[in-house]
Amino acid sequence: MDLTGYGEKAVVLLENAGVSVFDEIEVERDDGVLLCGVLLPRPQYGDPEVLVLKLSNGYNVGVDARRVKSLRKVGRVEVSRGGQTPSPVLKPGLPRVHFLGTGGTIASRIDYVSGAVYPYFTAEDIYSMVPELEEVAFVTAETLFNVFSEDLTPRHWSMIAERVAQVFEKEEPAGVIVAHGTDTMGYTAAALAFALRRLPGPVVLVGAQRSSDRPSSDSATNVLAATVTAVKAPFAESVVVMHAGLRDTLFYVNRGVRVRKMHTSRRDAFRSVNSIPLAKVELPARELKVFTKRYARRSKEGVLLENGFEEKVALVKFYPGMSAELIDYLVDNGYKGMVIEGTGLGHVAENLLPSIKRAVDEGVVVAIASQCIWGRVNMNVYRRGVELLKVGAIPSEDMLPETAYVKLSWVLARTDDPREAAKLFLTNLAFEIEERSEEWGYPPLSYFEDRLNGGYS
Amino acid sequence: MSVKVGIEIHQMLDTKHKLFCNCPTELRRDGPHSEFRRWLRLARSELGELDPAAVFEYSKGKMFLYEAYFDSTCLVEMDEEPPHQLNPEALETAILVSLALNCKVVDEVHVMRKIVIDGSNTTGFQRTALIGLNGHVDVGGKKVPINTVCLEEDAARKMEEREREVVYRLDRLGIPLVEVTTAPVISNPEEAGLVALRIGQLLRMTGRVKRGLGTIRQDLNISVEGGARVEIKGVQELELIPRVVEYEVMRQKKLLEVGEELRKRGVGRGDLSTNVLDVSELFKDTSSRVARKALTSGGVALAVKLPGFARLLGVELQPGRRLGTEMADRARYWAEVGGIFHSDELPAYGISSEEVTAVRKALQCGELDAFVLVFEEKKRAIRALEAVVERAREALEGVPPETRGANPDGTTRFMRPMPGSARMYPETDIRPIPIETVMLERIRALIPEPPEVKYEKLVKVYGLNPEIAKRVLWSYRLDVFEKAVGEAGASPTVVASTLEGTLVELRRDGVPVHNITDEHLLELFKLLARGGLVKEAIPAVIKYLAENPDVEVEEAVKKLGLTPLSLEEAKEAVRRIVSRMSDVIKERGEAAFSTVMGATMRELRGRVDGGLLSKLVREEVLKVIKGSG
Repeated sequence: MDLTGYGEKAVVLLENAGVSVFDEIEVERDDGVLLCGVLLPRPQYGDPEVLVLKLSNGYNVGVDARRVKSLRKVGRVEVSRGGQTPSPVLKPGLPRVHFLGTGGTIASRIDYVSGAVYPYFTAEDIYSMVPELEEVAFVTAETLFNVFSEDLTPRHWSMIAERVAQVFEKEEPAGVIVAHGTDTMGYTAAALAFALRRLPGPVVLVGAQRSSDRPSSDSATNVLAATVTAVKAPFAESVVVMHAGLRDTLFYVNRGVRVRKMHTSRRDAFRSVNSIPLAKVELPARELKVFTKRYARRSKEGVLLENGFEEKVALVKFYPGMSAELIDYLVDNGYKGMVIEGTGLGHVAENLLPSIKRAVDEGVVVAIASQCIWGRVNMNVYRRGVELLKVGAIPSEDMLPETAYVKLSWVLARTDDPREAAKLFLTNLAFEIEERSEEWGYPPLSYFEDRLNGGYS
Repeated sequence: MSVKVGIEIHQMLDTKHKLFCNCPTELRRDGPHSEFRRWLRLARSELGELDPAAVFEYSKGKMFLYEAYFDSTCLVEMDEEPPHQLNPEALETAILVSLALNCKVVDEVHVMRKIVIDGSNTTGFQRTALIGLNGHVDVGGKKVPINTVCLEEDAARKMEEREREVVYRLDRLGIPLVEVTTAPVISNPEEAGLVALRIGQLLRMTGRVKRGLGTIRQDLNISVEGGARVEIKGVQELELIPRVVEYEVMRQKKLLEVGEELRKRGVGRGDLSTNVLDVSELFKDTSSRVARKALTSGGVALAVKLPGFARLLGVELQPGRRLGTEMADRARYWAEVGGIFHSDELPAYGISSEEVTAVRKALQCGELDAFVLVFEEKKRAIRALEAVVERAREALEGVPPETRGANPDGTTRFMRPMPGSARMYPETDIRPIPIETVMLERIRALIPEPPEVKYEKLVKVYGLNPEIAKRVLWSYRLDVFEKAVGEAGASPTVVASTLEGTLVELRRDGVPVHNITDEHLLELFKLLARGGLVKEAIPAVIKYLAENPDVEVEEAVKKLGLTPLSLEEAKEAVRRIVSRMSDVIKERGEAAFSTVMGATMRELRGRVDGGLLSKLVREEVLKVIKGSG
């Protein structure tokens, strides 16, 4: 039957024996080794002519189909998808929290026979994974779509924004949680911040840096901290809740427009840039502490949705030796805006100036952010900055390049007029621009130094 | 009555790097640089599939505190970065071990995750891969099948267990181990010892494994006909294996007898109820300190009747360990109580015979009935007695299957219920690794010589007599012998008698020879070969090193004043002694030789070679005799 993934010789061998995946088989190798186990699907990688067998001791081993002397079917196993999920026992009167599944590590579960990961996202699943929620929230859940976060597009942002608005209008939850792959979670969080202009509760994006199939996964504690935020937050903004450090007890609530994934693998990969986090959550106490008084409060006037993103917008990173053709290409192909990640205070090489000038002249909005990530763009200090301003480029202030890109996409879906677009782009809409650069927006690296000074105690 | 024993040997490999990252494979003595706290968890729906012990541990909700080092542990051990590729050096060693044990190697290696939720792995699973299977090792003419050879990562080191958290250190996590599993075909204690020795020796002969305390660990599974499979974990010393097997066989036989006696007495499962009785009132004026302490701090005295168990709780199952001890172990495990008291051991510990009689009366105990008492906080006390009754019920069946831990004296204690089948699933962060025939052939050339060839060599090349040769062949330190006579160039006879004689004698005398490392010995033999030490000084030097393991060998020799004398110095010293004793010599002639030799030995032993000394004394004595004649 289904032998997808196996190579030609393996398939012939298996078909002749009438064997399909998840059959229990007995294989004799040419050196006399006799193996009995369950035939598993062939993983995508590796040699497709090697059969993968799960032995009775739990180990998987590969048996080269070209070395098989004989093979026969001895039985079949039923593939179970985990055990029974018991019904949750809820504390009465709990605030409602709605979960939207969009894909990613956090909304998946392992099949222990095949090792395959499959999506799951019912309320029962969530309670089963995080039983503490029985005391925190009445959970409802749905899967909006199931897409790797690197495959998401601005259209997906719109779909999420649309659904969040609906849920707030119709079901009046205390907050909505969006389970999201971590790679582009920052972009989506920013997009929701712009599209959802007014909210009765927070939209909390949450993900996992360690897959949910491992006991050490950060998904359960992240979900718990996100739910505590959804229930207890006095603010109604788009935020990202993830581990604050390596420990499982402290979580930061980062503003969607300020947060960036700063590490490929650590649990505490998400950092607020040019600002401190909005709040923190502590476990097991389940307490939320807000760090500032400047935030959008829960609105009593319902949701204000201004949805839609212009797709003809680009985020371009400048690098030494960059050719002006790259800018020309965008202009020639009808792009309406671009954010260039320049160097330092907001610079690019001289050879790009004519192309940028042409872009602006043809009505393309060109914004300059900085690849320093931290700090504010200031194009008045050096000559190149002044030249860029002169040809019509706009400085992105202290916005993250990614936030600037998302914002420009959103702005250009609101207006076609470049001048108006520029004005809107430079207006603070969701705390993405601060006029003051506070010292603690850039945390010092005293971490290791403190320990070194302590003599590696 | 037939006995079946299987052995599982875990041996740390001496690779440069860990199994899944490039950190060194060294344990540290200095304090950690950083620490962090974590939980492990499983979806509730998955708990049902796990073994009860793991779920029980898990339900305590403890946190894990991990200790890390900036310069020798990395994000991989912290579970903050996916594993790197499987260490090729470790894979090669695991294949070498497989081939040396006549195993067949798999065509493609799949790394698995084995769920472990006691916190000893930051990930919540141990990574392990099956490398070889269907092998055998020959021991005393018997072919003992080797079921599997696996390559796995070692767990973190448990440093401390606190009330709310367990402290683990990450230095050991990820060090490669090979796990060798024999079929359960070993039929007596001596054979178990020999099989473990042969496998351990073979592992060392590859030259790629770590040595010293804690680098090899044996688990045994033992079942006696009519009994049950019992797993014994963590036997750290090879010498202990026969005794552990012997004691476990003894325990299972005794338990079967107890079961038989209970049947004779007509005790059934239904007779054993967990109806506990609060007897606090009876201990109002007790002189038992344990009881008083519990009662004054809000605890209670609870008792439970065990019908038909009189005089059986005190039956000795292993030296110093009774059925009552096993019940206490269970109570400690499931209820974390300090201990229990059973009627076979009372009155004692400050509990008076009046109190015993009163408890018996309250429980309506007949002559054949026993009881168990516990002084504790009420909830815990109830849980403790439930565990006791459960163990009593199991006694009706004879031997409960369980996991036990080895004590240093060879007896065992309850550790936890037998784990269910391990839950394993693929480590999707590591791609399957194909094993090429070329690679196998290259590794095959590295297999150490088989014992027969070694034996021939010991007799013919090294000139050992067959008796000594056999002992060296069966020595765990066979590889040290080969290095000492090969690289170091020491005398085979002296090396053999040091390894197989001196060390054993010193141990018998209570010298802590387990502190002696292979490095100590090799240094010692090198020094001997260079003439920096005479063989008579060896016992004293080893004794000193055993007591001061951080001291260098040469330093020890100096400290003991055992630096050898030059020929001139030796002659001069002998001349001095002989002239001092010239009167005796003149008087008794050659008959005085042994007296003079004795005196010389007292002064120069260990600083001059014995043979040479004897020759010098003889010469000088003869001179004196001649001079006087």
